[in-house]
Amino acid sequence: MFTVPDFAHLQQWIIRSTEDDVRRALDREHVDIHDLAALLSPRAEKYLPQMAARSSRITLQRFGHVTQLYAPLYLSNLCVNRCAYCGFSAGNRIPRRTLTLNEAEQEAMILHERGFQHILLVTGEAPKAAGVDYLEELALRLRDRFAALSIEVQPLEQAEYERLFRAGVTAVAVYQETYDRAIYQQVHLAGRKCDYDYRLDTPARAAAAGMREIGIGSLLGLADWRAEGLALALHLQWLRKQFWRTSFAISFPRLRPAAGEFQPLAPVSEKNLSQLIFALRLFDHNVGLLLSTREEERFRNGMIGLGPTRYSAGSCTAPGGYSQPDIEGEQFSVGDHRNLAEVSDALIAKGFDPVYKDWDKEFQVFNLESLSS
Amino acid sequence: MLTIAGTQFSSRLFVGTGKFASSREMKEAVEASGSQMVTVALRRVDLNNPHDDIMQALDRTKIHFLPNTSGARNAEEAIRLAKLARVASGTNWLKLEVTPDPRTLLPDPVDTLKATEQLVKDGFIVLPYINADPILALRLQDAGAAAVMPLGSPIGTNQGIMTAMQVEIIIQQARVPVVVDAGIGAPSHAARAMEMGADAVLVNTAIAVAGDPVRMAGAFRAAVEAGREAYEAGLGKPSKQASASSPEEGMLTPDLDFIQD
Amino acid sequence: MNITCNGEQRAVEKNSSLNDLVISLELNPQALVAEVNGKIVEQPKFTEQMLQDGDRVELIRFVGGG
Ligand code: SF4
Repeated sequence: MFTVPDFAHLQQWIIRSTEDDVRRALDREHVDIHDLAALLSPRAEKYLPQMAARSSRITLQRFGHVTQLYAPLYLSNLCVNRCAYCGFSAGNRIPRRTLTLNEAEQEAMILHERGFQHILLVTGEAPKAAGVDYLEELALRLRDRFAALSIEVQPLEQAEYERLFRAGVTAVAVYQETYDRAIYQQVHLAGRKCDYDYRLDTPARAAAAGMREIGIGSLLGLADWRAEGLALALHLQWLRKQFWRTSFAISFPRLRPAAGEFQPLAPVSEKNLSQLIFALRLFDHNVGLLLSTREEERFRNGMIGLGPTRYSAGSCTAPGGYSQPDIEGEQFSVGDHRNLAEVSDALIAKGFDPVYKDWDKEFQVFNLESLSS
Repeated sequence: MLTIAGTQFSSRLFVGTGKFASSREMKEAVEASGSQMVTVALRRVDLNNPHDDIMQALDRTKIHFLPNTSGARNAEEAIRLAKLARVASGTNWLKLEVTPDPRTLLPDPVDTLKATEQLVKDGFIVLPYINADPILALRLQDAGAAAVMPLGSPIGTNQGIMTAMQVEIIIQQARVPVVVDAGIGAPSHAARAMEMGADAVLVNTAIAVAGDPVRMAGAFRAAVEAGREAYEAGLGKPSKQASASSPEEGMLTPDLDFIQD
Repeated sequence: MNITCNGEQRAVEKNSSLNDLVISLELNPQALVAEVNGKIVEQPKFTEQMLQDGDRVELIRFVGGG
């Protein structure tokens, strides 16, 4: 099992980096974990343009002038957990709802008509309302209409992931939120999610089940983002060694100060976020990097081609929000309100081809025996 | 320290015992190399010349025997040799070689994988000799190989690490130790493999046929130590740029003014 | 009676054991492993292993190798 080094140790590691370490890291063909520590350090800040240049070149070389687009589909905002930072947290007074299978299918068809071929099914953590049976049934209904079905739901057991994989789910996103154990305990107030280690082990269970892609990430704004970046990279490195057949992606959800919402404990600026994205791209040339609609249009446009490979678009974070645009009960407020066509146009204007899928499930062969441990 | 299948080795140089002029010379060379792991082959006793006995020459309390399956042309032959080797040596350790082409002695990936799967089931600690194919290395690792031994260049060619790009990928990806085998013709080749991050190298011909094998063994020992030390110290990679603070070649630094805070 | 040892025909006395054969060849049994008709025989069993007319014996040991 993967274990995270002590956060203070990670911070020390980063802080000790010198400007020479940063320059050396920028010169390297393969940025290793020590180089990454330097690139995440405050000393690297003034090299942000150089980091962007390298990140951009690597991303172009590996992914070409192509950006993938996807949309989240919120199925349920019920949640049995209490997470201090989340709009769905059990204590919050919001209108709660779980879409029926028919409603969910309807929402999906709206996205389908808008041109999406990759959707991300999202729920809170309420296994009774939206459990494996529900997800399996929905996946079976949707699998033929979409090229890729990802899920971002409560952590499951390997056998459950296997069931969903057979039903057509191709990817699993499960974010540790923070790798800092102390802060993790502090913001996870009640519910199963309080178990740090079970959550940490979840990407491995999903990968072992044969999922094509695993998404990991930290909720930026909870703990020191530099150490968070290093912990993420260590997790990624470990996962890659265990599951060489699996693709990996990293998300960068960032908490922003907003009236009436949870205030970030350790605010992360756009500049910080950029440094983190560039550094991770230098560290891992193949990892998918996601930039969601939490970020604003200006920032998302600026980042095109510099590192991220996948954007969400036209997102609504409340269940039923695509058929009823004014619905309440969102998870977080969106920073980029453009629809799919507008995001596509922005990509095209920058010379990038918006793609709606990168794999067809029809090609999938379900041979679990040949998978790595 | 290098650990393979739970056994620790303080030396990262493995030495092959073939092609020496005499057992005595081999023994002295192995000693000078500091190696704790030597490969040996199984052969029919030559009834006309029965007195050359390698088991007696080496002190097995200090040196691990790694029997190989050299000569095997397919999985079945390799498995047969492996079983004989286990009985003869009293060790489960095995360097698996399956070489159907007698000209190049390049290893057969398909039968190597097949034999590895079987031998692991039979309780062997298998170190397969392979072409520098990263996916094969991973498949073997998944099949339970204790290490992988990619070749630097075809055996006996002394060309060094011609497969560097592939070997680098193997080193980057593998969970098991990577021992670069074959093609290492000079201490500088061994140092290069170690600088790249290989866990160990296996050298035979270059020592055995040197003018003074014992001194050459010492030279390899020093090269392997130096290469490992350099790897651990963090080697600066050669760069086309004069300095990272200058913009990338052929590319302007992007405009980052869109970033607001 | 006749056996084949390492590919060569050899005459051995009736009621010979594998060990007798090894000694007659002036080999050190400690360093050997044998196959009789394709079956592995470990060194401690050499004395028990009686030879029959027509047996195919392989005597194998380690040599230098890379
Ligand atoms: S973060 Fe997830 S588990 Fe926590 S309250 Fe929100 S939906 Fe529930």
